[in-house]
Amino acid sequence: MRFNPAWFSISAFTALVYGFMFIPVIIVIMLAFNANQFGAFPMTGFTFQWFVELWNNDAIMRAFRISLALGALTAVISTTLGILAALAMVRYDFPGKRLVSTALVAPILIPEVVLAVALLLFLRWLGLPKSFMLLLAGHVIFTLPFVVLVVQARLVGIRREYEEAALSLGANAVQTFFSVTLPLMLPAVLAGMLFAFTISFDDITGTLFWKPGGVETVPTQIFAMLRNSISPEINALAAVMVVVTVVLPLAGVAFARRMAARMRGH
Amino acid sequence: MADAAESFKDRRPWVLLAPALTAVTFLLLIPILFVVVYSFWLRTSIGDEQVGFYLDNWQKVLGDAFYRDILFQTLRIAAVSTFLCIVMGYVPAYFLAYANTRHKVLLILLLMLPFWISYIIRTMSWIHVLGASGIVNTLLQWFGIVGEPLQMLYNETSVVLGLVHFLLPFMVLNIYVSLEGIDRNLTDAAKSLGCTGWQAFREVTLPLSLPGLGAGTILCFVLAAGTYITPMVLGGPGDAMFANLVFEAIITQLNWPLGSALSLVLLVLLGALVMIYTRYLGIDQIAKSFR
Repeated sequence: MRFNPAWFSISAFTALVYGFMFIPVIIVIMLAFNANQFGAFPMTGFTFQWFVELWNNDAIMRAFRISLALGALTAVISTTLGILAALAMVRYDFPGKRLVSTALVAPILIPEVVLAVALLLFLRWLGLPKSFMLLLAGHVIFTLPFVVLVVQARLVGIRREYEEAALSLGANAVQTFFSVTLPLMLPAVLAGMLFAFTISFDDITGTLFWKPGGVETVPTQIFAMLRNSISPEINALAAVMVVVTVVLPLAGVAFARRMAARMRGH
Repeated sequence: MADAAESFKDRRPWVLLAPALTAVTFLLLIPILFVVVYSFWLRTSIGDEQVGFYLDNWQKVLGDAFYRDILFQTLRIAAVSTFLCIVMGYVPAYFLAYANTRHKVLLILLLMLPFWISYIIRTMSWIHVLGASGIVNTLLQWFGIVGEPLQMLYNETSVVLGLVHFLLPFMVLNIYVSLEGIDRNLTDAAKSLGCTGWQAFREVTLPLSLPGLGAGTILCFVLAAGTYITPMVLGGPGDAMFANLVFEAIITQLNWPLGSALSLVLLVLLGALVMIYTRYLGIDQIAKSFR
């Protein structure tokens, strides 16, 4: 192929932008293994020390457990609500459908700060203190639209004939759902749960408003630690976070793809 | 479908929707109404709220130069960040849409990766880039270009950089989706009718990619204008954005009525943009970005 200067510039610019996106994150991961005790340059040697200290840091481990529990509960609740709603949106036509669809995605149309204030204010009016339940409720409402959108997109691809066949062969609606629809939807369910988990695990904007005193999630813990100074432990924590939020979803996506492919094969 | 099921047909979608709609009603719609009500209350000197219909918060929020200045500063930071996202985002999106490399899937996947990497980590990573012992200063000193580390952090530029880093994937993805949908025969036709490559791009490709560009622009602007974490981590004392005022009022000062009025300003301003977005560009643009 002839050398094309225009295309070359486009490729070069693209490479620069990718560099801009990834170099800062790569630096954090590099510094997580740096022996320098200030958690910054220069590189003075290779060590796993900060990961060990991370493991022994009670505050961080507690934040990690809270984030995991919060993410898992959010994923289960949000995906359950989201799948039922997505089923209604994909399978039925009903009056007011457009309005319902707007209401379902409303939580991401509203700035997250406003959503956070609104929920907090309502709780205050009810006379309830901040609690883990508030965090959970906030995360569920914030992740719901993403789950609905993702699951809806996948549901469109499931052919309805399978369900109709089951129904015509004498299965009732519930049996059909559990033995035909749900297995076919499993990739969508997993995708929705992963999505909700990752968003919840990563959220800080709403979480800083909602978290009760003394309770920290991993992002708010990092945020609190940043206020003093960067410690090497933060870099190690960041490296772990990247693994949890990148490698895990990638594995999940690969798994969902393979399952979807296998089902299409039948 | 069986006849017995037919009679339930109109009720069934509502049964399925009930849990989600209940959640949205009680966790979002009703609470928003409370924000409206609270914004007309008054905070007394002892810290309680005076129930009633007072316009004091609104006068303060809309009339006080302090709030107006921060509002303009917020809009300026959001606009500059969004503009940079357009400039930096269009070319990679074009590359991804038109490249003939077999690594295309990998490159798109790489682009999605930042969505999964924690926002707070991506924000703090800029401290390692621009900070006094960050990579830029370390290299500059190592090469002997500067003696003392340069102060590049905790100003508006570092806030904008952090925001661009956070928002760029949204922009690229929106433009990419738009470019992917363009019929390739159109540019070929333009070229066979005598257009140069650049003309074909300007007359055909660019106009057809405007919906994606518009969607990305509104999305980035709304997300940028609603943030308070980035200015807190990467900004100096003078770089507060509007959402920082909300956080200050609610969490630090516990001034709920004022915080409510401030939230509503943000909601109306950004809500108007979101309306344009959903009205003209379609809500499914968001869905496309997350597929």
